[in-house]
Amino acid sequence: MTDATLAQAIEHGLIEDEWKHILRVLNRAPNLTELGIFSVMWSEHCSYKSSRVHLRKLPTTAPWVIQGPGENAGVIDIGDGQAIVFKMESHNHPSFIEPYQGAATGVGGIMRDVFTMGARPIAMLNALRFGEPTHPKTQHLVSGVVAGIGGYGNCMGVPTVGGEVNFNRSYNGNILVNAMCVGLANTNKIFLSAAKGSGNPVVYVGSKTGRDGIHGATMASAEFDDASDEKRPTVQVGDPFTEKLLLEACLELMATDAIVGIQDMGAAGLTSSSCEMADKGGSGIELNLDRVPCRETGMTPYEMMLSESQERMLMVLKPGREAQAEAIFKKWELDFAVIGVTTDTKRLVLNFKGKTVADIPVTALADEAPLYERPWEEPKRPAPLGPVAEPKSITEALAKLVASPDLASRRWIYEQYDSTVMADTVQKPGGDAAIVRIHNTNKAVALTTDVTPRYVQADPYVGGMQAVAESWRNLTAVGATPLAITDNLNFGNPQRPEIMGQFVLAVRGIGDACRALDYPVVSGNVSLYNETNGQGILPTPAIGGVGLMQDVTKHATIPFKAEGETIIVIGETKGHLGQSIYLRDILGREEGAPPPVDLKIERRNGDFVRTLIASGRVTAVHDCSDGGLAVTIAEMAMSSGLGATLTTPPTAFRAAFWFGEDQARYVITVSAASAHRLLADAKAAGVPAAKLGITLSDRLTLDGEDPFPTARLRKLNEEWLPKLMSAA
Amino acid sequence: MKAAVVVFPASNCDRDVAVALEQATGKPPAMVWHGQANLPDDLDLIVLPGGFSYGDYLRCGAMAAHSPIVRDVIARAKKGTPILGICNGFQILCETGLLPGVLMKNASLKFVSRAVTMTVESSNTMFTARYKPGQTIKLAVAHGDGNYFADNETLDRIEKEGLVAFRYVEGDNPNGAARNIAGIFNDKRTILGLMPHPERVCDPLLGGIDGKAIFDSLVSALS
Repeated sequence: MTDATLAQAIEHGLIEDEWKHILRVLNRAPNLTELGIFSVMWSEHCSYKSSRVHLRKLPTTAPWVIQGPGENAGVIDIGDGQAIVFKMESHNHPSFIEPYQGAATGVGGIMRDVFTMGARPIAMLNALRFGEPTHPKTQHLVSGVVAGIGGYGNCMGVPTVGGEVNFNRSYNGNILVNAMCVGLANTNKIFLSAAKGSGNPVVYVGSKTGRDGIHGATMASAEFDDASDEKRPTVQVGDPFTEKLLLEACLELMATDAIVGIQDMGAAGLTSSSCEMADKGGSGIELNLDRVPCRETGMTPYEMMLSESQERMLMVLKPGREAQAEAIFKKWELDFAVIGVTTDTKRLVLNFKGKTVADIPVTALADEAPLYERPWEEPKRPAPLGPVAEPKSITEALAKLVASPDLASRRWIYEQYDSTVMADTVQKPGGDAAIVRIHNTNKAVALTTDVTPRYVQADPYVGGMQAVAESWRNLTAVGATPLAITDNLNFGNPQRPEIMGQFVLAVRGIGDACRALDYPVVSGNVSLYNETNGQGILPTPAIGGVGLMQDVTKHATIPFKAEGETIIVIGETKGHLGQSIYLRDILGREEGAPPPVDLKIERRNGDFVRTLIASGRVTAVHDCSDGGLAVTIAEMAMSSGLGATLTTPPTAFRAAFWFGEDQARYVITVSAASAHRLLADAKAAGVPAAKLGITLSDRLTLDGEDPFPTARLRKLNEEWLPKLMSAA
Repeated sequence: MKAAVVVFPASNCDRDVAVALEQATGKPPAMVWHGQANLPDDLDLIVLPGGFSYGDYLRCGAMAAHSPIVRDVIARAKKGTPILGICNGFQILCETGLLPGVLMKNASLKFVSRAVTMTVESSNTMFTARYKPGQTIKLAVAHGDGNYFADNETLDRIEKEGLVAFRYVEGDNPNGAARNIAGIFNDKRTILGLMPHPERVCDPLLGGIDGKAIFDSLVSALS
């Protein structure tokens, strides 16, 4: 085998120091296959080399956490011997290059992460970020990504129940596609990836290996430029039919006790799955590549090891259980091949056509991957917010906001996702959080994804806290007890100190919020180098939150329920306009600090609201976030068809009162008869609460302004996205 | 009522319809794998569930229509065993020729998942007896290929013979189906194919119980 060279290492995305490191750990030059293996294992995507030192500081434990970060997905206990397995993962780079397949395989990949642990996926969510609505690529990307997510998830028969979408110019050249999968398992049947023991068969199952996706992980660890379209061949092609069979076959085999360890072949395919399994098991793996099922003839070891063909799994079985496993995979018409054996050498050894083509110490690839404490600096803060003029009409501003890119209805998107298959979806898309019943029980999980990238940009620490707090609030608003999060940290180039500063501070904010709310991080994913031509995205640490409801019948929903009810805001309204949607979309100003986050207050207010929901005292609840009180109330009206009459407190600055984005607030409705008592209870609990108005027939009336029909508001809210998508 | 649900590779509403059947009958239906040559004996009802049989990379239902188990489904149909085909099941029934017409790609060219209002066009069948004549109901749809089409002559005939089972309310047709047709019977009214998913609408917590009457009707007629 010919030795590889430094020049080849650089072509593979490694730097000179990393090349020297390889020479040291091998005590010789690698051949090309070995270099390929190092390059993917040491890529940012697989090694987390820029982020690991900071991620270690996140809180990851709680009495209900069964498995924290480090496995395919996080696992939490929901009682009665049941566990929720979940994770969110990005597929940003592929989705920009080839939106349908990029998004589809993102969905497929995260589902495998969940079912490889023994869980049946029960819900999908996705957090999407696109460029400006008017950008020439946006329409094509939205349409492709949404069709890809639907195409894969719908075929799998897993409901897509929630998510979020933003449009911003910073994503023009680098969209974000973050998919979250939530699965249900038994606590005594959780499967891990460690390839323990020596002499155990290593088994390949699923699709055949082709030449697609070679170097996907490396591509996902580089910035884009104008030639990015040329990278299309590195995007994998999804086959949800095969994945559905793989899911059923894996779960069938998992019902037996034949499996020692199992890992999906995701980024860096056979390379990362075999290395990670051996590393976690403290063992070695020897593979005979002649036995790898290949889709094409003449594939080289290099291609087999770096292929990212989808719908494949690697597992280690107990000796003698091959026939039992093979029968199950044959029934599901999937490839099944014993391709190797575990060893006690702690080396990854690859044989092909009678020769050893790679021989690498496993720890060098995994544990000893480079680790960088990259220099970082405090990002520049925006100037304080200057004076803001009162608008002529609050109602007119509201009508514009409900039809703005970030607040318009997402119906065009979520109606392309099957949200009701599995017949357990209690809260469909459109609520503060989705609610999915645990099959055959009265329990349910509440699910949400949240982050406000403009806040993170203005102040990464506060923005990181806010993302966690908002997810906690959304779960609370439906009546759930928040339990844990998964985080999907999307940032620009970590080699730029100001970007690294955003990352470090946002992670610190996430950690502090998780600690204060007893809401640990159990899984996550980091996506860096989200830049095109040196232009970074808004820092976007998406938070996927999971909460539990013991009694699903006691949940709250957004729509007003009847006329004549009292509308109350829980939490204090100071009128914080810095970084608000109102300031940006009505006044064209992106100024000021984001709203402060006080986690003690967040918790106190949220706990109060959750108690109200559990005792059935409120008729509707809605988290107050983007667009402030006015937009929150408008959404409660639009979803019900009812209206409201609202009054500004005499001392308040009207725009700030109605559009300010102060945190830790909820809008609730109660029957007029019980409003007084509720306000008194809030006061006794030390929770600020104030009456805003009453629900009425079919129009919104604010102070003395002209009434605005709810139906017209709804039309504005609903037609924005379909219009964008049908524009020629 | 002894029911069987046929499970194709990538059927994905098999469990949902099994739950609805069990709720109605008190006992779980037989789940029959596509590779089996025969269905169990003495069946009162065969259900072809929703999903993406064999991936549906070809025309939806086209491959399933030629699977081993469907040969027996066709044989039982000819003997008069009642068959309910939901979504992909409806597509398969059209592909086998047990029901007339075809299901084309939605007119929007997009998958559609939402609640849709429709009317019960015929309530004197074993599938629909528990509905009031002309009742308006709301069921969930979730499909990419639900655009029912047949030539005018066929459409005129099934209309005249009262073989339209459900019709989308004007203005709420989610897929462009001819004459707003959501579901149809065969000539003998022993087979019902429909695009909406009644099995998802059998629980007030999930948005209503308008789908339950189909299963209850079948239990009354076949038990």
